[in-house]
Amino acid sequence: MSSSVLYDVPGPRAIARNRILGIVTVALVLAIGAWVIWRFAETGQFSADKWEIFTYGTVWMRILDGAIATLSAFVVAAVGALVLGFILAIGRLSDRAWIRIPVGWITEVLRAIPVLIFMMLLYYGLPVVGIKMEPYWAVVIALVAYNGSVLAEVIRAGVESLPRGQSEAGYAIGLRKSGVLRLILLPQAIRAMMPVIVAQLVVTLKDTALGFIITYKELLYVIKLLGSNAEFHSPLIQTALVGGTIYVAMCLALSYVAYRVEQRTKRRQRALAGTASTHHPVGETTDTELIALQKGAGKYDSHGL
Amino acid sequence: MRKTRIAGAFAGIAIAALALTACNSGTPGDGDGDGTTENPWTVATDVTIDGSPTFDRIKSAGKVTVGVKEDQPGLGYLNPTTNTRTGFDVDVARWIAASLGYDEDDIEFTAIPSANREQSIINGDIDYYVGTYSITDARKEQISFAGPYFITGQGLLVAADNDTITGKDSLTADMTVCSATGSTSIQRIKDETPAKTKEYDTYSTCVEDLKNGQADAVTTDEAILIGYAAQDPDNLKVVGDVFSEERYGVGIPKGDTAFQEFINKMFTDGGDVWKAIFDKNLGASGVTATQPAVDPVG
Amino acid sequence: MGVITDNLDLWAEALQGTLVLFFGGGLIALVLGLVVGAMRVSPIPIARSVGAVYVNWIRNTPLTLVMFFFAFCVPILLRERIDPIVLPTIALGVYTATYVAETIRSGINTVPVGQAEAARAIGLTFGQVMTLVVLPQASRSVIPPMMSVFIALLKNTTVAAGFSVLNLGSVRSWLAEPPRSENQLVVLLWVMVIFIVLVLLLAWLQRVMERKWRIAR
Repeated sequence: MSSSVLYDVPGPRAIARNRILGIVTVALVLAIGAWVIWRFAETGQFSADKWEIFTYGTVWMRILDGAIATLSAFVVAAVGALVLGFILAIGRLSDRAWIRIPVGWITEVLRAIPVLIFMMLLYYGLPVVGIKMEPYWAVVIALVAYNGSVLAEVIRAGVESLPRGQSEAGYAIGLRKSGVLRLILLPQAIRAMMPVIVAQLVVTLKDTALGFIITYKELLYVIKLLGSNAEFHSPLIQTALVGGTIYVAMCLALSYVAYRVEQRTKRRQRALAGTASTHHPVGETTDTELIALQKGAGKYDSHGL
Repeated sequence: MRKTRIAGAFAGIAIAALALTACNSGTPGDGDGDGTTENPWTVATDVTIDGSPTFDRIKSAGKVTVGVKEDQPGLGYLNPTTNTRTGFDVDVARWIAASLGYDEDDIEFTAIPSANREQSIINGDIDYYVGTYSITDARKEQISFAGPYFITGQGLLVAADNDTITGKDSLTADMTVCSATGSTSIQRIKDETPAKTKEYDTYSTCVEDLKNGQADAVTTDEAILIGYAAQDPDNLKVVGDVFSEERYGVGIPKGDTAFQEFINKMFTDGGDVWKAIFDKNLGASGVTATQPAVDPVG
Repeated sequence: MGVITDNLDLWAEALQGTLVLFFGGGLIALVLGLVVGAMRVSPIPIARSVGAVYVNWIRNTPLTLVMFFFAFCVPILLRERIDPIVLPTIALGVYTATYVAETIRSGINTVPVGQAEAARAIGLTFGQVMTLVVLPQASRSVIPPMMSVFIALLKNTTVAAGFSVLNLGSVRSWLAEPPRSENQLVVLLWVMVIFIVLVLLLAWLQRVMERKWRIAR
């Protein structure tokens, strides 16, 4: 066992103490778990009639419809956010001030608006001036706007964190700004920022749940509807647990897909060239977090919350 | 790998869930049983309404899109296990569709919460709305109403063991009353009583709060409250006299007087159908009512 | 402008709601985040796992669902009357604590091990190592991302609008009810402006701190 910043290699006394602390932690966790289970049992959450609603196929179909609604909003919003992110990032990296500064302002403003307020603005505000808006499009456009601006900052931070030699070499061989960006900087930046981009896409998926507040019929809306159904004994906790599991599964699946993609590109990258990449693994942080912290580029939400 | 183990766990849960559905498919034991009952209305043929943009839209779409509630037992309720819709308002909506010449298969129901009713009519997402929709002057600025087809009043739903609340005047400043955003009920409580208010997008959420002790009373139209009390009579009861008059109308796009006249005539001529629908949905609950006269067109 | 001046009482209450959610949630997040962050970097493997499970579970759950659980499900379990603003605040705190914990963890990990080893080599106790050597360096890397977390928390307070809390997110529905019947678009634009101002202010503060503490490597 190696030492770390906080503690040295443990000697016999430290090992004993750690073991005691470990037991205490386990005891605490078990105590909390036991209390939760006791409250569940006290209020009858384990009784069969609370779970009855899940024995019907049509109920599962409704839950599936909700999940599909969530995913369909997510996919369109993710693609849109990536596109918008690129456009805004390239705009902010421009040499021309008349592009760079307005785009900079747009990005800052879009990032400052809470996603829910944006959704409400589209769904409740626009009809006042006569523009019709379905909840689906209100959700998607708001997600694209917010996540696009965050991704723009992520991509820009990625480009700026690359060694200057990369772009200088590009200019040296005669490429213009667009070529340097397209062929040299952006591919490396995206690869470097992949974990952060994926984290932001997971945030997009989670934020589709905000749609239930503007009555978009996605998974959380279905959960609430089923949970408040008094005919089946109001299984709020049960539906929340089921829904929560589905959300966690979707987010983990997304992270896993991205992880596989990253593995494949890393393998290809390593196979192609033995050059040092911009990755400097340190401990358990992601490389990009470290780069961001080092360069003081915490301008973007480090997890795009 | 950790990831495959987690994936395996989820797959296992999914398979278990699928196995559960084998226990019950479709109709539960206490079915709502409207399978073989005859409808008190008949589907009309060759209907024309001149000068009605709503009717033209319905005709070109080939179907009727109706906004309803889906969480109000007795009035507008969707059974999640059988996907059947029941309730007084839902049947009135079916009656209107039938007199327009469209039967059950051509009706598309969509659930819209209280706060979004005007918006969905203005947007054209629905052709008309039947769902405990009170006629008010403020709403008439944005949409029109046909009817009224039912008269009720605002009431209070409390826990069965609550004896302190006996009516609107017994509400004090330390009590919390829950209702739906955008309803006439919540505004009246705010204006006329010192009680604190909570608002959610649906009444069923309020009823949940009441049952969990987070609210002292739920307020809305008595007809709706009676439906909830009937579902859980051991824990809920309706108290006090009604303290307002709520007239339910059919929400239609503003200015479509031809459509409005058509529906009004249907109500006026269809007294028997109204009675049959009422008895079928609300008769057993002890609510008594007579069909009101419709408002003049305009 | 009339929308604000005519309804000053409602806007003041809404702003108060947002601030209560923000500061209350922030406090809970800081405390809980410190605890979980400490667990995640501790030498006890059980504590590390528990912390990791908690962080990864909440991070993959939407804030709306966490708030749903606290606002609707917890009262079922506790069966006691709770003020409607308390539960969403706790939900915000629990959710944001995961990000605080992660920020602290990555901040501590940016301090080179050699620093701590050297400090231990010259005989400093654990407390001295932390306060004299590790934390001053770690805080330079922790504070700017922490500001991002709090900016996100401020924006997330609007989610409580779906759970019957009067805050800047729900003030629109309160103002749209008769007799006030305000124009919803104008109300929302004002809310948007207020948030833009607040967030840009915090972001500027963050940039100032970043520049002051920029690490030369």
